[in-house]
Amino acid sequence: MNPTPTVAEDPSRLAEFEARIAADGTIEPKDWMPARYRSQLIRMMSQHAHSEVVGMLPEGNWITRAPSLRRKMILLAKVQDEGGHGLYIYCGTETLGVDRQELVQQLLDGKAKYSSIFNYPTLSWADMGAIGWLVDGAAIVNQTMLAKASYGPYARAMVRICKEENFHKRQGYEIMATLANGTPAQKAMAQESLNRWWWPSLMMFGPHDKDSSNSDELMRWGIKRKSNDELRQRFINLTIAQVKAINLTVPDPDLRYNEATGDWETGPIDWDEFWRVVKGNGPCNKERLAARRAAHAGGAWVREAALAHAEKQQ
Amino acid sequence: MTNPSAERSWPLWEVFTQPADGAPHEHAGSVHATDAEHALQNARDVYARRNEAVSLWVVPSAAITASTPEDMGPFFDPANDKAYRHPQFYKVPKGVKVF
Repeated sequence: MNPTPTVAEDPSRLAEFEARIAADGTIEPKDWMPARYRSQLIRMMSQHAHSEVVGMLPEGNWITRAPSLRRKMILLAKVQDEGGHGLYIYCGTETLGVDRQELVQQLLDGKAKYSSIFNYPTLSWADMGAIGWLVDGAAIVNQTMLAKASYGPYARAMVRICKEENFHKRQGYEIMATLANGTPAQKAMAQESLNRWWWPSLMMFGPHDKDSSNSDELMRWGIKRKSNDELRQRFINLTIAQVKAINLTVPDPDLRYNEATGDWETGPIDWDEFWRVVKGNGPCNKERLAARRAAHAGGAWVREAALAHAEKQQ
Repeated sequence: MTNPSAERSWPLWEVFTQPADGAPHEHAGSVHATDAEHALQNARDVYARRNEAVSLWVVPSAAITASTPEDMGPFFDPANDKAYRHPQFYKVPKGVKVF
C-alpha cells in the first residue's frame, strides 16, 4: 500500500511541521518537509501535470473538424491552455527538487499515471461540449479545493488554472446547450455524449473514501482539504441543475433527490470499469501514450537545435 | 531517434510579471528556455495569454540568491525590538481626532 519506504523523521521537526499545517500555514520549497510529504506531492502534482498534457489529445482530435471558425478558435485556445496548465504544474513540481525531463520520461515509459478520463475516445462534436462542461467542471471542483493546498507552489498554480478553466466549462456548456436546443438529431447527439461521459466524470474524483489509500495522509497534511466523496457529491449537486436546464437527462435510473440532506444521490458507480481503465485497459490508453511518444520523439530535433543555436550565440 | 536519457534539459528561468502600469513585478512561476529571448517568449505564452502582464522579467533561476527558512528568526529579528518605527508607538494628545 505504501510505495516509498518510511523514513524515520526527526520527531521535533515533524511536530513543528504538523503544527504549521494545523495552523493553516503554507509550506514553501526551501522549508523542511517530511520525505513522504515531498514524495506524495511529486506523485500527485506530476500526475496532475501529465493529465493536462494528455488531456490535449482527445480535444485536439476535433480541432480540424470544429463546426465553425468561432468554435475552432475557442477549441484551439482551450487546448493551448491545457498545455499551459501542464507547464504551470511541472514548474511547481520542479520546486520539490525533481527535473521536468525525468517526470516526462516517466509518462512516456508508462510508469506514471494520468487522469483516466482521457483514455476515453471523442466520437462526436458533442464530446467537445461534454468534456468542457463535465470534465473541466469536475476538475474545477477538485482544483478549487487544491487552491487551498498546504504547498504554496501547487496552490498558486491552482488559482491560476481555476480562473482559466471557468472559460473551458462555459464554452463546453454552451456547446451542449446549443445542441440540446437544436434539431432532434443535434439533441440526440448531445444526449448520447452525456450518456457516455457522465459516469467517467464521476469517477474522476477517485475511489470512495473507504477505498482511497492515499486520502488520509493527503488530508492530514493539508494537500487535500476535502474527501473524494465530498467533492463528487458537490459536483453532482452542481451539475444536475445544469442538466435539467438544457432538458437532457443523466443515464442513471436510480438518481434521486434526498430531501433531508439536499443531495442528489446516484446509483452505484462501476468501479470495475474504473480500475480497468486505471490499469491500462481503457479504450484509448495505448493510443494516448503512443501519441505522446511520437510527439516527444518528433520534437527532439527542435529541442536540440534550440540549445545549439543558443550556445552558438554566446 | 535520440536517447532520451542523454538529452540535455533547457535551463530554468524564473518569470516575474507586472500586472498593470505602476504595479510592481511579481513572481509568476518558471519556464525552461535556451536563452533570455526564448525565455521571454515562453513566459509570454505561459503566463500572459490573457493580458495578465504589461511587462515581463526573466531571470536565470540559478542567479537568484534567497534567504533560507533557517535564517528566518535571526535574519529578521533586528526589526522585532524597534516598535518606534511604527506610528502606533506614539501617543497623540486627546482631542486630536484626525492626525
